[in-house]
Amino acid sequence: MDFNGIITQTLTQAIGVSAVIYCLAAVGLNVHFGYTGLLNFGQAGFLAVAAYGLAVSVSRMGLSLWVGVLVGILAAILLALLLGVPTLRLRADYLAIVTIAAAEIIRLIVRSVTFREYFGGSDGITRFADEFYALNPFSSPLDLGVIKFSQNDLWVVTVGWTLIALTSLMIWSLMRSPWGRVLKGIREDEDAVRSLGKNVYSYKMQALVLGGVIGALGGFMAAIAFQSVQPDTYSTEFTFFVYTMLILGGAARIFGPILGAAIFWALLVFVGEFLNEAVNKGVITFLSNTQVGQIRFMLVGLGLMSLMIFRPQGILGDRKELALDAR
Amino acid sequence: MPADAPATTRRDAAVAALAEVAHEPGAPKPDAIVVADGIVRRFGGLTAVDVAHIEIQRGAITALIGPNGAGKTTFFNLLTGFDQPNEGQWSLNARSLKGVPPHKVARRGMVRTFQLTKALSKMTVLDNMRLGVSGQGGEKFWRALFPFAWKSEERRNTERAQELLARFKLDAKQQDFAGEMSGGQRKLLEMARALMVEPEMVMLDEPMAGVNPALTQSLLGHIKDLREQGMTVLFVEHDMDMVRDISDWVIVMAQGQVIAEGPPDSVMSDQRVIDAYLGAHHDQALTDTGEAFTDDAPSPAAPEESA
Ligand SMILES: Nc1ncnc2c1ncn2[C@@H]1O[C@H](COP(=O)(O)OP(=O)(O)OP(=O)(O)O)[C@@H](O)[C@H]1O
Ligand SMILES: [Mg+2]
Repeated sequence: MDFNGIITQTLTQAIGVSAVIYCLAAVGLNVHFGYTGLLNFGQAGFLAVAAYGLAVSVSRMGLSLWVGVLVGILAAILLALLLGVPTLRLRADYLAIVTIAAAEIIRLIVRSVTFREYFGGSDGITRFADEFYALNPFSSPLDLGVIKFSQNDLWVVTVGWTLIALTSLMIWSLMRSPWGRVLKGIREDEDAVRSLGKNVYSYKMQALVLGGVIGALGGFMAAIAFQSVQPDTYSTEFTFFVYTMLILGGAARIFGPILGAAIFWALLVFVGEFLNEAVNKGVITFLSNTQVGQIRFMLVGLGLMSLMIFRPQGILGDRKELALDAR
Repeated sequence: MPADAPATTRRDAAVAALAEVAHEPGAPKPDAIVVADGIVRRFGGLTAVDVAHIEIQRGAITALIGPNGAGKTTFFNLLTGFDQPNEGQWSLNARSLKGVPPHKVARRGMVRTFQLTKALSKMTVLDNMRLGVSGQGGEKFWRALFPFAWKSEERRNTERAQELLARFKLDAKQQDFAGEMSGGQRKLLEMARALMVEPEMVMLDEPMAGVNPALTQSLLGHIKDLREQGMTVLFVEHDMDMVRDISDWVIVMAQGQVIAEGPPDSVMSDQRVIDAYLGAHHDQALTDTGEAFTDDAPSPAAPEESA
């Protein structure tokens, strides 16, 4: 078996394009779920409006990529307001229901035949990010032995990790400020915070917008990295992956979503590569390559169950803090 | 002791101001900070609160007592905007509070605590306290991004929090998570945190519940201190000895209505109050003794039975 290939692929993917996208989505979700306690089950929707905002602006309206980014951010803010205005005054579960539905609605609209001329139906839109690659300072691919990136991927990954660093730094500084203190208070008990004269609704809205915009950055990276937007990338499954990553890494921790996304994605890749290689080389005979895809999700599920049992606070979480909840 | 001199004057002032007030439900006060009229709150068939008229004297400690389920907590929720009545008007400092959301009520100077303590367990005691400060620049998103824009304000707030914590004997715990404290300590913290808002009026829902006797004494001292600082206190309490000890005025609720008012001693010997506590309201006894009460409550037991 080609262990070298498996390891290279796994390590490269752990910090690669997909990990970057999941990371940004998870960093945003951490603001919602981790710090504020907002049950946003539509994070995929924020990435979708951003990605499509960018793609449509460039390829349908002939605008520059940077204007497209602006459009995408505005779309994410608008989505946050649209979701937040009716639900943030209500109990937490309403946001969950509305966000999960809204993300699906967005996906179904962009993949619909009716709007095909704008969004490209189920094929999506392709080739709109040349402007991004024109700025690529790297003139050759990266090959460190165990980590390999093409010239373009290297540029995407560099920008992606820079964004992750900047947003994480921003959240770190926000969460140490009185603003972050209000959010943490809201996560625990809204009424207590209200009784102290804070406008809980406004803070929840700010958190929803902030986390949504960070998610939108993930949407841009997804659109740019593959030079394509496709509706089914932004399915509910995506959001659940992001939740899994966040909880795996440790919610309400700065490095929680980053570590969680990298590890989860690497694991997924590793199991897939390993099983496929084993099947191809005849080491495993009772499986076919098509079954491997399902098996790897079963294994991931098993792993997550053990995580919940043995380390429910995630890798970076604080057990003591979790236990305080129970009182 | 010289320290006692102002203490007694504030108390005497409150007692003197209330001396002329009639001992009857809804009695007008010489200087009312809160006035409520016709407050009705129904839960399905149950009328939890039905207060025709009530006034709370400024600068005094008023106790709100009544048997379990009398509607005291519900009335607190209504006054502070945490719940909305089906009918009624009420005001703080002559400005209507109808429809005002709870956080704005707090900003106008009326801050409450909760019967079931709401200490924020995963935050440190000090952070709980600092959260109480109103109008912090650092609580605004853009300013929060730049520590230099709020660091000095934060330092001042921390100092004030520490002073207050010391008064409540919680200063040794300031770096602990609030969730690590005992129930009684959390009550103290919640009260201290409410004071960080610098309210004009504090509303305490059973501040002594679950607090040990030694701590109770210091809590009573703190509440008396509030009056000395010119604050108005309205509190709910079941322990009659404490009510007698600290309150200048007592309002009694039973089945959602105010059934008696007066200074502690006179209220506690009132037959209607004794009956309400002993559950005599299922007979005629309550309506027989109360003149004012007979008119607006023909059958207080009826709604409860239908619920
Ligand atoms: N959210 C609610 N839904 C339905 N009924 C309620 C609700 N809140 C209170 N009630 C009812 O209203 C009545 C008054 O309750 P409330 O909590 O105000 O009593 P209380 O005077 O504070 O009693 P205690 O001294 O036990 O705290 C009770 O009969 C209670 O069952
Ligand atoms: Mg109560």
